[in-house]
Amino acid sequence: MSEKTIYLEMNNIKKSFGDLQVLKDISLSVHEGEVLSIIGPSGSGKSTLLRIATMLETMDGGSIKYMGEEAVYVENGSLHYAKPQNLREIKKNFGLVFQNFNLFPHMSVMKNLTDAPIHVQKRNKDEVLSEAKELLRKMGLSDKEDYYPSQLSGGQQQRVAIARALALKPNVLFFDEPTSALDPELTGEVLKVIKRLAEENMTMVIVTHEMSFARNISDRIIFMDKGVIAIEGNPEEVFNSDNPRMQEFLGKLKHE
Amino acid sequence: MSFVTMLEQISSGMLKTILIFILTLIFSLPLGWIIAFGRMSKNKIISGITGFFISVLRGTPLMLQLVVVFYGPYFLFKWSIGNWRFPAIIVGFSINYAAYFAEIYRSGISAIPVGQYEAAHILGYNKLQTFFKIILPQVIRIILPAVTNEVITLVKDTSLAFTLSYMEMFTITKQIASAQTTFMPFAIAGLFYYIFNLLISFVMRKLEKKLNYY
Repeated sequence: MSEKTIYLEMNNIKKSFGDLQVLKDISLSVHEGEVLSIIGPSGSGKSTLLRIATMLETMDGGSIKYMGEEAVYVENGSLHYAKPQNLREIKKNFGLVFQNFNLFPHMSVMKNLTDAPIHVQKRNKDEVLSEAKELLRKMGLSDKEDYYPSQLSGGQQQRVAIARALALKPNVLFFDEPTSALDPELTGEVLKVIKRLAEENMTMVIVTHEMSFARNISDRIIFMDKGVIAIEGNPEEVFNSDNPRMQEFLGKLKHE
Repeated sequence: MSFVTMLEQISSGMLKTILIFILTLIFSLPLGWIIAFGRMSKNKIISGITGFFISVLRGTPLMLQLVVVFYGPYFLFKWSIGNWRFPAIIVGFSINYAAYFAEIYRSGISAIPVGQYEAAHILGYNKLQTFFKIILPQVIRIILPAVTNEVITLVKDTSLAFTLSYMEMFTITKQIASAQTTFMPFAIAGLFYYIFNLLISFVMRKLEKKLNYY
């Protein structure tokens, strides 16, 4: 693991909402090809951590580096971002799959996938189109190119969202509870797609409540509790931990 | 006065009515966006001033606003207002309608889930691209029925130009009616307004259908 490039490095991240300290000095790194799952009870700060990593949320302390380049850090209580053109480059390193998909409803499936690569990344149109077709094929959605998101099931929409994120060729792909908004019978198809990506060595950070899934596909798992990383390790270490909070968490899930 | 002459005179007024209608839309639809952005500005002073502006325009009669716009320059600055009548009508209507459109736009924008902005941001769209490619197309679909309502009201409101004795359809109609002591001109004018609005409803319904592709 150590010889592999570090894709993402978060150091000493702190975040409060008012008096509530959501993240208390969190540090983590993600290596090339690694699948990292972040689990933990609601309110443990895992989604906030993801939103800070993707810069949708600001932090009160710490620093974030992608591919060794500093994206943002806090010094003397104020945020310092990389220069705008550098930051734009740095942000190309990651994609995010939202809990609620957030597809663009007025664009067809194909347009959802191709608009940003063509108009933001200014890539060759034909190349983007053929790559998008290939992505849709991989997602099992080849016949849905011209559909609008509202015509698709939740599971299909989430697979389109994954394809949309992949179309920008990110180095790291974040998932924010990708199956939480789905009916139980639809979660499987989305998890299968993510598993395939893991097999292709896509670097991924997944916030999830799907315990057996996390155990199954992760190289490493972080169990967060009350704003700190309570346990970190490979799936067996984490799930077999005798940490009382982890046991309590697993116990609660069993009774649900 | 023969029926044909009456019809001719009312029709000539109709053209002026249509001119007020079109010019008002040309100015007020874009101006509404500027006001809407002012209203939504994070700057408290800007949003406060625009908010006040909107509330005055919505809270006082359009007829009174037309009078103020027309006579204001004379009473305030002693300016000659000889050629100001028609421009004053367009300015008065445009500002008033812009205030209403601004509130419609604002409601449309606030109906867009924050996730749309976040997705656009993550995908690398800049602010302008986000607005024009992601937000605006969705807003237009949401606000179209409310805008249609305003446009239909505008057709009827053009008759308020009679306050400034501008020779649009309603002013002419009233003149003929009192000169000839007949009710006929009102019936004709009413029919004209109604047909005009039927056309507008038809066009807007087509447009709504077109936008209902998703």
